[in-house]
Amino acid sequence: MGVMKRLSGIVQAKTNKLLDKAEDPRESLDLSYQKQLESLQKVRRSVADVTTAKKRIELQANQLQQQADKLQQQAKAALGQGNEDLAREALARRAALAEQLTDLQTQHEQVAGQEVKLVDTAQRLQTQVDSFRTKKETMKATYTAAEAQTKIGEAVSGISESMSDAGMSMQRAQDKIDGMQARAGAMDELLASGALTNLSQPVDDIQAQLDKLSSTDAVDTELAALKAEIGASAPVGELPSAAAASPAPAATPANPEQPAS
Amino acid sequence: MIVRILGEAQYDVPEEHRAALDGLDTTLVHAVEADDEAAFTSALLALTAEVRRVGETLADDAFTPSELVVPFADATLAETKRLLADSAPSDEG
Repeated sequence: MGVMKRLSGIVQAKTNKLLDKAEDPRESLDLSYQKQLESLQKVRRSVADVTTAKKRIELQANQLQQQADKLQQQAKAALGQGNEDLAREALARRAALAEQLTDLQTQHEQVAGQEVKLVDTAQRLQTQVDSFRTKKETMKATYTAAEAQTKIGEAVSGISESMSDAGMSMQRAQDKIDGMQARAGAMDELLASGALTNLSQPVDDIQAQLDKLSSTDAVDTELAALKAEIGASAPVGELPSAAAASPAPAATPANPEQPAS
Repeated sequence: MIVRILGEAQYDVPEEHRAALDGLDTTLVHAVEADDEAAFTSALLALTAEVRRVGETLADDAFTPSELVVPFADATLAETKRLLADSAPSDEG
C-alpha cells in the first residue's frame, strides 16, 4: 500500500479517538467545538515552549561567544608572555567552542523553523474555530435527521482531522525540543562552571566534556596568525613539530539521527 | 479527491491526477523500503510539489476529511518510518 493511503489510515485512527460518539449529531458539533478550543490552547502552549527553547539556545550562543572571546584574549596574553603551550591550549579550547557554536546555530534554525510552522498551525486552527462556531449553529438550525448523519458527520470528521494534524505538528516540535534539552543542560553546566576558560584545569576534563572535538589544524593556523599579529619575538616561518604530526584524523561519522537536508 | 499535506493544508486534486500521484507515491514507498534517505527526500519533494501544483488549496474552514495524507513536506526518512509504524489501535466500539 502507498504511503499516502497508510498515512491516511493512521490519521483516521487518531481522528477517531478524538471523535465523541454522541447520540445526537447536534451534540457532537458542540463537543467538537469544545475540543477545537482545547486543541487551540495546546498549540498556543506549544508555541510558547518552542519560543522558550529558542531563547535558551540564543542565550547559550551568547555565553559561548563570550567565553570564546575570553579564550582568544587569554591566548594573546599567554603568547605575549612567551608561553606558547598555554596559548595553544586556549586556542584549542576556542576552536572546540566554535564547533559547539555552529551546532547551536543549526539547532536554532531548526527550532525557529518549528516555531514558524506552529504559529501557522495556530492561525489555521483559530480560523477554523471562528468559522466553525457560526457554522455549527447554522447546521443545528437547519438540522434534519435525514442529512444529519452525512453532513454533520463529515464536518465533524474534517474538524477532527485538522486537530489530528495539529496534534502531530505539535508532537513533532516537541520531539525536536526534547532532543535538545539534555545537551542544553550539559552545556549550561559547563558554561556555568567556568571550566572552559580556566586554563589550569586539566585538558582531558574539558575535552571529554566537549565530546573530544579535534581541530588541531585550525589551531596551528590561528596560532601562527596570532603570532604575526602581536609580532612575537619568534619568527613565524617555521612552526615546531605540529605540522609534521599524524595524518589527518578520520572524519567523524555522520550522526544517523541528524537530518541530511 | 482531497489530499492533506501534514502540517500544511488540504488540497482538492482533480481525479485525473490520481495515477500520477500514485506513481510518485510508489517511488516514495520504494525509497522507504530501500531505506534510502536521498531518494526519499527527492521523492517526497516531487510528491508534495505535484500535489500543490495540480491541487487547489481548500479554505481552512472547509471541514472536509481527506482521502490521502502526505507526510510533512520536510519530513526525514526516519521520522516518516516512525509515523508509519505508529498504527495506533483504532478505537472501534
